[in-house]
Amino acid sequence: MSVRLEASSLSIGYGERLVVDSLDLSVIGGTVTAVIGPNGCGKSTLLKALGRLLPARSGAVLLDGKQIDRMATRDVARVLGMLPQAPSAPEGLTVADLVARGRHPHQAWYRQWSSDDAAAVDAALEMTGISDLADRTVDELSGGQRQRAWISMALAQGTDLLLLDEPTTYLDLAHQIDVLDLVQELHASMGRTIVMVLHDLNLAARYADHIVAMRGGRIVAQGTPGEVLTERMLLDVFGLDARVVEDPVAGTPLVVPVGSRHRLP
Amino acid sequence: MTTARTALRVGAVSFRLRRRPMTVVAVALVLLAAVLVVGIMVGDFPLTAVQVVDTLLGGGTRRDQFVVTELRLPRALTGLLVGGALGLSGAIFQAIVRNPLASPDILGVTWGAGAGAVSVITFSGSLGVVTGTAASIGVPLAGLAGGLVAGLLVYALAWRQGIEGFRMVLVGIGITAVAGNFTHYLLTVGDVQDAGRAMVWIAGSLNGRGWEHVVPVALALVVLVPVALVGGHVLGALQFDDQTSRGLGIRVNAARSLLIVVAIVLASVATAAAGPIAFVALATPQIALRLAGTAQPPLFGSVVVGGVLVMLSDLVARTIYRTELPVGVVTAVLGAPYLMYLLVRSRREARV
Repeated sequence: MSVRLEASSLSIGYGERLVVDSLDLSVIGGTVTAVIGPNGCGKSTLLKALGRLLPARSGAVLLDGKQIDRMATRDVARVLGMLPQAPSAPEGLTVADLVARGRHPHQAWYRQWSSDDAAAVDAALEMTGISDLADRTVDELSGGQRQRAWISMALAQGTDLLLLDEPTTYLDLAHQIDVLDLVQELHASMGRTIVMVLHDLNLAARYADHIVAMRGGRIVAQGTPGEVLTERMLLDVFGLDARVVEDPVAGTPLVVPVGSRHRLP
Repeated sequence: MTTARTALRVGAVSFRLRRRPMTVVAVALVLLAAVLVVGIMVGDFPLTAVQVVDTLLGGGTRRDQFVVTELRLPRALTGLLVGGALGLSGAIFQAIVRNPLASPDILGVTWGAGAGAVSVITFSGSLGVVTGTAASIGVPLAGLAGGLVAGLLVYALAWRQGIEGFRMVLVGIGITAVAGNFTHYLLTVGDVQDAGRAMVWIAGSLNGRGWEHVVPVALALVVLVPVALVGGHVLGALQFDDQTSRGLGIRVNAARSLLIVVAIVLASVATAAAGPIAFVALATPQIALRLAGTAQPPLFGSVVVGGVLVMLSDLVARTIYRTELPVGVVTAVLGAPYLMYLLVRSRREARV
């Protein structure tokens, strides 16, 4: 078990405001890490910095021990794939072409398309179960299909590290489970290392090995779902009064919010 | 399904074969050759197609030789090359800015070139500051400089830690207005005769274009088309939001800057040779895109389609009326409804 991705006293800010405040984090190879926290706690910002989409104000991000902002952009893209929260594609782009763009870091101007690329694209489409949509355009897909197309692109990139920023946003529950099952499969069968930002705590508990809870730009708790998802943490981090019971299916913690309607006087 | 993404491999070099875009380029090249021959046939001394081809291959009478190689071929080639340069410039702009409105016409590059050229025309005439050879070389050079200044100004003013398409279009409209009004000012203060000459240049004309106009555009294309095609590999992955593009391993700002400079130079050189021929750079990439069925304007396809468009428009301009019209009048008549269509049509973008 080696550390693949590491943040060391990392601070990131927009203008005057510090969004991530001297944070330390180690992502172990072959694990699924979920970052949780209330809106505006800096979790998306942290993920972007881990994917070198944002520069660090101080501190550093280390990818396999090397400082990420000193590496060539292309070299990073061969190891680390990133799916932003709301990616946009041009109108009229087909699914096959979208996924093919994921091969970019492996191509050069004189080698724009090889049989390896074709094989990787076919495999990525196969894995997300959208091979039959290959010739449709991205704009005519449903939300769930579109998200799978974007994930296919990240898969075609062939990186063993994947950063997913809220991969389940805008999806109904069945599609959320679909996407997370896919993440699980990538992790289980191919040993990929995954860091994702998730809003749904129960799904995070089910699908992640390691949970990182953030508030105000700092990590307030991290560990296994059982260690992190406690009633005390929910109150501290989210200001949420909730009971934590055992998930009858998975045995992981299940968060049941109380809410004012059911609060005892 | 895999057949649609077959790779063509020669040693370490391998490319993707796409049937439809390649068919479009092939058909357009045939059309280009046909329009070239017809363009040389038509005129005060009509020639047959056989005579034209024979003369181009070195045969024909001395009169045919003169008419073809000295008068009509340079004009046709200027049209072809200018169209190709404008088409490529527009394709790069539209692909980078991800907006079909982005083109050197809208972004102020061609009007900047116009302002540069008209200053030389008005000051060279009655005022006699610039005369003779200086004037004939000065017009295209000033056009080139004007286009570069306007283009780089738009680029610099739209820069906020990176280039954002919509801001660039807005800044471009502003620069277009400034350059346009400066040009009109020059026309008012200038001599009537100079203003007349300037107006023809502003409309965009291929009249009297000789080899001295062919050479600079040809040189620019020889250097910049390969640069664009090499850089064009990056264009595909620049199609997304900045974060996705960066995630694919692209140095977004560097790649965008290089390609935009290439596009500015192409448009300025073309405008310097033939004046700001309206709408070609705007419409060509979209025509090529629709024909090829691709999501982004095909670069090489836009070169060829642009060439066909300008030569065809020039043919119409020369034959439709008793006296010859500037080619820019024809392209403007064709292009104006298209611009309105673009403005009316709401733009959708695929988002998750």
